[in-house]
Amino acid sequence: MCLAVPLEIKEILDSERALVIQGSAEMEINISLLENPSAGDYVIVHAGFAIETLDIPEAEARLDLFEQMRTE
Amino acid sequence: MRFKTELSNPEIIKPILRQVEALAGKMGKDIRIMEVCGTHTVSLRKSGIHSLLPENIKLISGPGCPVCVTPTGYLDNALALVEDNRAVIATFGDMLKVPGSKGISLSRYMGTGRVRMVYSPTDLLDMAQQSEKPVVFLGIGFETTIPTIASVFLKAEQEKIANLFIYTAFKVVIPALRALLDIPDRYIDGFLLPGHVSAIIGTEAYSLLEEPGGVPGVVAGFEPADMLFAILLILRQIFKGENRVENGYPRVVKANGNPRARKIMERLLTPSSEPWRGLGIIPDGSMKLKDEFRRLDADVVFDLPQIKDYDPPGCICASVILGKKSPVDCSLFGKKCIPENPVGPCMVSSEGSCAAYLKYGD
Repeated sequence: MCLAVPLEIKEILDSERALVIQGSAEMEINISLLENPSAGDYVIVHAGFAIETLDIPEAEARLDLFEQMRTE
Repeated sequence: MRFKTELSNPEIIKPILRQVEALAGKMGKDIRIMEVCGTHTVSLRKSGIHSLLPENIKLISGPGCPVCVTPTGYLDNALALVEDNRAVIATFGDMLKVPGSKGISLSRYMGTGRVRMVYSPTDLLDMAQQSEKPVVFLGIGFETTIPTIASVFLKAEQEKIANLFIYTAFKVVIPALRALLDIPDRYIDGFLLPGHVSAIIGTEAYSLLEEPGGVPGVVAGFEPADMLFAILLILRQIFKGENRVENGYPRVVKANGNPRARKIMERLLTPSSEPWRGLGIIPDGSMKLKDEFRRLDADVVFDLPQIKDYDPPGCICASVILGKKSPVDCSLFGKKCIPENPVGPCMVSSEGSCAAYLKYGD
């Protein structure tokens, strides 16, 4: 039920809708729950809505931490 | 993206697991960690994390499966609307196979046009406009889903779509955590907190866990490394005797969550005290329409009877939701009760503990 996947915004269509890339296809999602989405953002999509923007630097930092644990 | 594959890379997971094992060895007792969210229940088992954990680290499934915590009486009311041909029921797929108290589910009416499945609440606007009958949407879900539905119903109100209604059984997480903490003879040592509910409510919402008598709580993502690392953070806290809230999913979850989504949810809905399967009436544990939106409320418009909870004979779903019993403790599990022919809701929902345990092992 609360499964949500990160997808990249390809194009903002209007204040409520955007196109995201899903595999080799495109899908329309609702972006009205986000403050300022823009093309190129990765967003977390649940039930056809972007519920949050993915913070790429945070994602990278976490992976770096895991890499560090691996070499410790 | 690099992290999508890396977070399930065994080479990344091994060192985290080694630290989990080392800490578990120092505990000298069983540690019970409740995964609150049904999506975690499935992800933990699908990825096999549950089977990698040391013997004394027990995962117990919590009340975070919306279908499972919805009382049977709610479904009976929805079924009555269809049976009496008073409305078309629109619902997420998860609710379709839940049997009502007479053993009949909404799926019986699929294909008749009287029950419609939706993937996104946005489908509802067109559906209602094309329907000659009233359309009643089954509003179930936690904070991840509630804002998406609220957004659509605010729009329906704005566009004056007169035949779209909602039957609310929304649930919110914080009051449920409090209810779990208040159960006498505490059996939960820490919470693996839901990732996408937290994206909406933020880590700050969990301050109750940091009060005296609280337990460690760590928000987790859904990749194997995310979940295992969150378990490690919980164990570290237990070892040090702490009860803090930590964010193990900072790429998605912020301290303040998503205020814009919460504002949309709070524009339409207000807290209410309604029954949960297993937990009974939780003060402010649900959300219902504000008085100014009563026009949209199927409960009011169709004058639905007050709902009663009811457990099918032999079904222990209520105890499973509380984490007091495991699905394997049930005499019906995997025998009389299977996903294709479920007796209770914990076997119906793909996120129900019983369905997940049967599919992926306990």
